[in-house]
Amino acid sequence: MDVVELARLQFATTTILHFVFVPISIGLSLLVAIMETMYVITKKELYKKMTKFWAHFLLINFAVGVVTGILQEFQFGMNWSDFSRFVGDVFGTPLAIEALLAFFLESTFIGLWVFGWDRLSKGVHLACMWLVSIGTMLSAFWILTANSFMQRPVGFALNNGRAEMVDFWALVTNEQVLWEFPHTLFAAFATGAFLIAGISAWKLLRKKDMAFFKPSFTLSIIVAFISSIAIALFGHGQAQFLVETQPMKMAASEGLWETSSDPAPWTIIAGIDPDKQENSFELKVPYLLSYLSYNQFSGSVIGIKELQARYEAEYGPGNYIPPVRTTFWSFRIMIACGSAMILLGLYGAYLAVRKKLEQSNKLFMRVMMFAIALPFIANTSGWIMTEVGRQPWTVFGLLQTKDSVSTTTSAGEVLFSFILFTVLYVILLGVLAFLFVREARKGPYATHEPEIALQDPYQFKEGV
Amino acid sequence: MSLSDLWFLLIAVLFTGFFFLEGFDFGVGMATGLLSRNDMQKRVLINTIGPFWDANEVWLITAAGAMFAAFPHWYATMFSGYYVLFTLILIALIFRGVAFEFRGKVDHSWWRKTWDVAILFGSSVPPLLFGVMFAGLIKGMPIGEDMEMRSGFTDVVNGYSLWAGITIVGLCLLHGLTFISLRTMGELRERSRHMAAKFLPVQAVLLAVLVVWTYFVTDLFERRGGLLLVFVMIGVLAVLLAGLFLKWRREGWAFCMTGLLILLTFGSFFVGLFPRFMISSINTAFDLTLYNAASSAYTLKAMTIVAATLLPLVLAYQAWSYFVFHKRVSEKEHLEY
Repeated sequence: MDVVELARLQFATTTILHFVFVPISIGLSLLVAIMETMYVITKKELYKKMTKFWAHFLLINFAVGVVTGILQEFQFGMNWSDFSRFVGDVFGTPLAIEALLAFFLESTFIGLWVFGWDRLSKGVHLACMWLVSIGTMLSAFWILTANSFMQRPVGFALNNGRAEMVDFWALVTNEQVLWEFPHTLFAAFATGAFLIAGISAWKLLRKKDMAFFKPSFTLSIIVAFISSIAIALFGHGQAQFLVETQPMKMAASEGLWETSSDPAPWTIIAGIDPDKQENSFELKVPYLLSYLSYNQFSGSVIGIKELQARYEAEYGPGNYIPPVRTTFWSFRIMIACGSAMILLGLYGAYLAVRKKLEQSNKLFMRVMMFAIALPFIANTSGWIMTEVGRQPWTVFGLLQTKDSVSTTTSAGEVLFSFILFTVLYVILLGVLAFLFVREARKGPYATHEPEIALQDPYQFKEGV
Repeated sequence: MSLSDLWFLLIAVLFTGFFFLEGFDFGVGMATGLLSRNDMQKRVLINTIGPFWDANEVWLITAAGAMFAAFPHWYATMFSGYYVLFTLILIALIFRGVAFEFRGKVDHSWWRKTWDVAILFGSSVPPLLFGVMFAGLIKGMPIGEDMEMRSGFTDVVNGYSLWAGITIVGLCLLHGLTFISLRTMGELRERSRHMAAKFLPVQAVLLAVLVVWTYFVTDLFERRGGLLLVFVMIGVLAVLLAGLFLKWRREGWAFCMTGLLILLTFGSFFVGLFPRFMISSINTAFDLTLYNAASSAYTLKAMTIVAATLLPLVLAYQAWSYFVFHKRVSEKEHLEY
């Protein structure tokens, strides 16, 4: 493998794994903030207990999200220095703002929140968690602003072979980010919500601490349901915007080699053959692609071959077709998971609202346990579709991936870092999963020990 | 003062601030291996930096983000040129961050010992390697006409850069010890103060040799000799005062003095570098400077507005968080980690 391939592999691996931790932090900090708000308003100990118990998961995860985030910021310069030189003006700015506005906010106030239970008033303590939650959302906004520039460059001018910013406002109101941000944000809420719902379902199945896990399940499943609907709505808007701005990505994610008929049918599954540039079989729903693309039952969608010819005329000779099979299937996996999330959310919310959680069937609760994985699969496949579908570009229409890589790093160096980072991340993921299961197994009423020290330090066993 | 001057200053402040704040975090991390006699003391030590270390690390992230936005060529050349160094720094920082969080979660001695090692490794390697890197920046690295740095092993690791690295590790350790003496009570307070007092002369020698070595291998004193001499004199004074304050049990003042040493060290570094970011050992025409590595005037202006609005706010709530946790940590309290 050459440097470009290794650098891509490392970026994909570290980013996908980083984005396991990030949505948990965004989703859980919102849910914990809601729980603590309920505690402050109603003064019920149950809600305080809920806040503290679910915060364990947030805190374990938060540390991992923070430290893997440093790597994210450094590796643009380390592996993609020509990209960094080219877009630094435009791309670096949202990153710097993210650090200044979001990272300081969330890291300072999570410290205050964790250590401030006895030192801050209830209201101030609650405000700390909301600031953490807002910090995680702001962070998502700014990094997605940077990403949106790569999908659809706006507010820049090419000077001295570099993209220089000329309109900051255009950058933050890029229509791409206005779709991408809510779509991703609700996906993160759903990730946290399905995590809490899944763990609660496990406990409810075993009839443990029912009085604690029933309200936990109810709150999280409602958030999960609302979020899943919102994901679909904003995803739909984003796909329509894609037809306008990145038709090649859209065509690839539909496996559409030839320009479609009018009205355009939607392909459910197909056998993609990238060598022959055709599909061996297709299962189609008439009218649906027209509706998805234009909100109406007419209109054709341009195919890959025609776009390739157009791009060659515009950008010069070359291959402008992304890996079609990957783009096609990742899109479908995302939609399948998203649909399952909506259905589970709907049924779960129905059970919770009708107070039927106790006599609910065991199969559903068991499915909810495995549904913890759904948002992760959907998040990952969504990002694979977005990033792989943009190839061969890093910045659409301006800079290609092969021209973005650091020229001074050797394949050996990148292989070295790739192995180290991958091993480390897999360890982190393993430890995280281990600690999550452990915390869940312990349950909310087994986490008292440290407070013994408050009364009598000598009772404190070494190692508690 | 032009906007690019301002951003040079701001990035210098962010890096220096990072070493002032995260410096004592690193030092406390190292001290968990040197100072504590049992697990309880180790936990007290970790809890002294518990509410802060995460936000302190953001100073580094912000410095790098500001470099990316304001001086993309500096960011690109430095991070790709020091590829292996940054890989190791990242591994160390990642291990360290999770170790604080994971360590107390499972009650097994092998579990704790594993994360103890991670804390030691993660607290000593980053200052060492940052020292190695900063030494390279002022000594000059093989940067070509295309702004790319193509370095061999000895360009990065050599006697001078290693000495600088060890000096930075020592500075962080000393700063961490005075921080501990300020934040703990009883035995830990006494022992950290004693250890700081014993280590102070060693650190003074490390710094003195670094200054002399720098005089011979860099052009810093040639360019800014007058100002740097003042810095050195203040440094000597700070060492002497630190010794006295430790003797008089004035930990707060001793902490200010060790902090001052860090500010002076990184201050001299950036003063000597200005207006350059990285010096080319091949040809001074290839230096990365304010004039050939900066972003457009528009970007700098937009960034200045953003920073001028946000930075005071950030400093205010960070200061408030130190105020909230100003009391000394003891074994009698609830320990989070």
